[in-house]
Amino acid sequence: MNNFMAQWVYSPVVKDHFMNPRNTWNEEEHFEADGVGEVGSLACGDQMQVLIKVKDDKIEDLRWLTYGCASAIASTSMMSTLAIGLPLEEAYFLSPEQITEALGGLPEHKFHCSVLGDKALRAAIDDYLKKSGRENPWQNQVAKVICECKQVTDIRVEELVKSKEATTLEELAEITGYGTVCGKCKPQMALLFDQLQHLYNV
Amino acid sequence: MEQPTIYLDNNATTAVHEDVLAAMNEAASLYGNASSMHAMGREAAVAIEESRQAVRDLIDAQDGAIVFTSGASEANNTVFNLFRERIDLGAKRKRIITTTIEHPSIIETVTHLKEIGYAVDLCPVDNTGRVVLSQMEALLGDDVALVSVMLGNNEIGTIQPVKEIAALAHRHGAYVHSDATQAIGKIEVSMKELDVDYLSLSAHKFYGPKGIGVLALRKGVPFSPFVHGGHQEDGRRAGTYNNTAIIGLGTAARIAQRELPDENKRLWALREMLRVGIEERIPNVVVNGNQEHCLPGTLDVSFPRAEGESILLYLDLEGIMVSTGSACASGSLEPSYVLLASGVDIELAHGSIRFSFGRYNTEDEVRYVLEKLPPIIKRLREMSIR
Repeated sequence: MNNFMAQWVYSPVVKDHFMNPRNTWNEEEHFEADGVGEVGSLACGDQMQVLIKVKDDKIEDLRWLTYGCASAIASTSMMSTLAIGLPLEEAYFLSPEQITEALGGLPEHKFHCSVLGDKALRAAIDDYLKKSGRENPWQNQVAKVICECKQVTDIRVEELVKSKEATTLEELAEITGYGTVCGKCKPQMALLFDQLQHLYNV
Repeated sequence: MEQPTIYLDNNATTAVHEDVLAAMNEAASLYGNASSMHAMGREAAVAIEESRQAVRDLIDAQDGAIVFTSGASEANNTVFNLFRERIDLGAKRKRIITTTIEHPSIIETVTHLKEIGYAVDLCPVDNTGRVVLSQMEALLGDDVALVSVMLGNNEIGTIQPVKEIAALAHRHGAYVHSDATQAIGKIEVSMKELDVDYLSLSAHKFYGPKGIGVLALRKGVPFSPFVHGGHQEDGRRAGTYNNTAIIGLGTAARIAQRELPDENKRLWALREMLRVGIEERIPNVVVNGNQEHCLPGTLDVSFPRAEGESILLYLDLEGIMVSTGSACASGSLEPSYVLLASGVDIELAHGSIRFSFGRYNTEDEVRYVLEKLPPIIKRLREMSIR
């Protein structure tokens, strides 16, 4: 770790994707997207847009744009190379961990804020399914249960933060009942809530 | 073609001047403990007192004390600690005033003091990062113990009206401290002229070694040691004298004083050459800070729709070393607090780049930067959300 930090702040793969980002959306290119997803906020310093073309329920092609730091650029670039060709279902389940692993690792403090590519991709797939009038069969499967007692998932929390129904942890507890039974999830929920507020700039 | 190394991060630290290095090498044999009574101790003590005098001359400290510390952070902490102690001991004046754009060694110290119950006010700054005197005056009162305002800002270069602030504060009976770390060697710094009671500086910002700084005190002002345990520095700061570093600092102080008039003009010319060049070549840029009251070697620029860390790293790949105001690259992901405190838009605060010049920079280097920077910004903007 110390050795490669001395060589460069990020891994050689990150450096390569930062210097030569793949599948960025060139202004001149006409890209007819079937689905578009956008996540992130300027408050966090990272904002990202993903455009997908879908054919036979596979990601046929993908373009992206990002305002962000080196790890945001590299992780979105890596996401694009991993996602193209994947069946929608697999693409939907592409995780930040997979992207980070493919990059040869990222500094701890960069992981949460800058790996947004998977979320933007998911938003693009959501958009595609909605536009084509289809049910989203995976939305609940990708959810991670944060509060086991009350079965509160990260997706549920994300919805509540995004819609501003829960603007404080107290409101979140009132709506979902999280943390009211064993209380074990409280630190994790506080962290998630904080990240989401940052992400949606609320 | 071999890639050049262009160091434009002189506000972070500077290269050690060759004469300073020579003096320090020579001083390496001077290992006597300056507190010892024997010949070797006395020899070291003489050299240390010469350095003390060099610093005294550099900052026009009159008959006040020059206390060697491990750097400006320690000097700043010493000041806040001694006023905290006075408050603890029941002093009538219990409030401390500083500004929103101080160095972290002050911002974080007062944040801590606030957390544990002390009364601290942060004076806001205008959109150029400068303290507005009327706002400072509104905060002052006869319960204020200390007013601390930096002389020149490390990030945007804005020079504060310290003399005017000191006059106001003194009228209310408060003591005045100024962190002059970034100003030394770039603008004239006179404790007498500024009329401040305490002043901090650090050697490595003006071609001296790291790990050595000064807290200068006006004669007769309150003092209490931050580091206890010895009679060094007239009992003001314990710890065996760091002969080599102190001699390096003294040498750097002499050079800084001698070269200041020319250096000031030269740095400003380089800075302006870069500023004008950037504004000519890159559309939609915002130059941060106060352009009238500005440290000569500092240029802080925001490039909307291009993020700071990315710019920094693309420049690094071209051999150009700068820094970004946001702490993105350095641990936290927060945008520049200095720019946010100056009312700069959050996106601009994420995309600011600080170019800081020093004595070794040349016009050719500026030309090289002006060749490499525009395509980097263009590229990042093309990749950015439209």
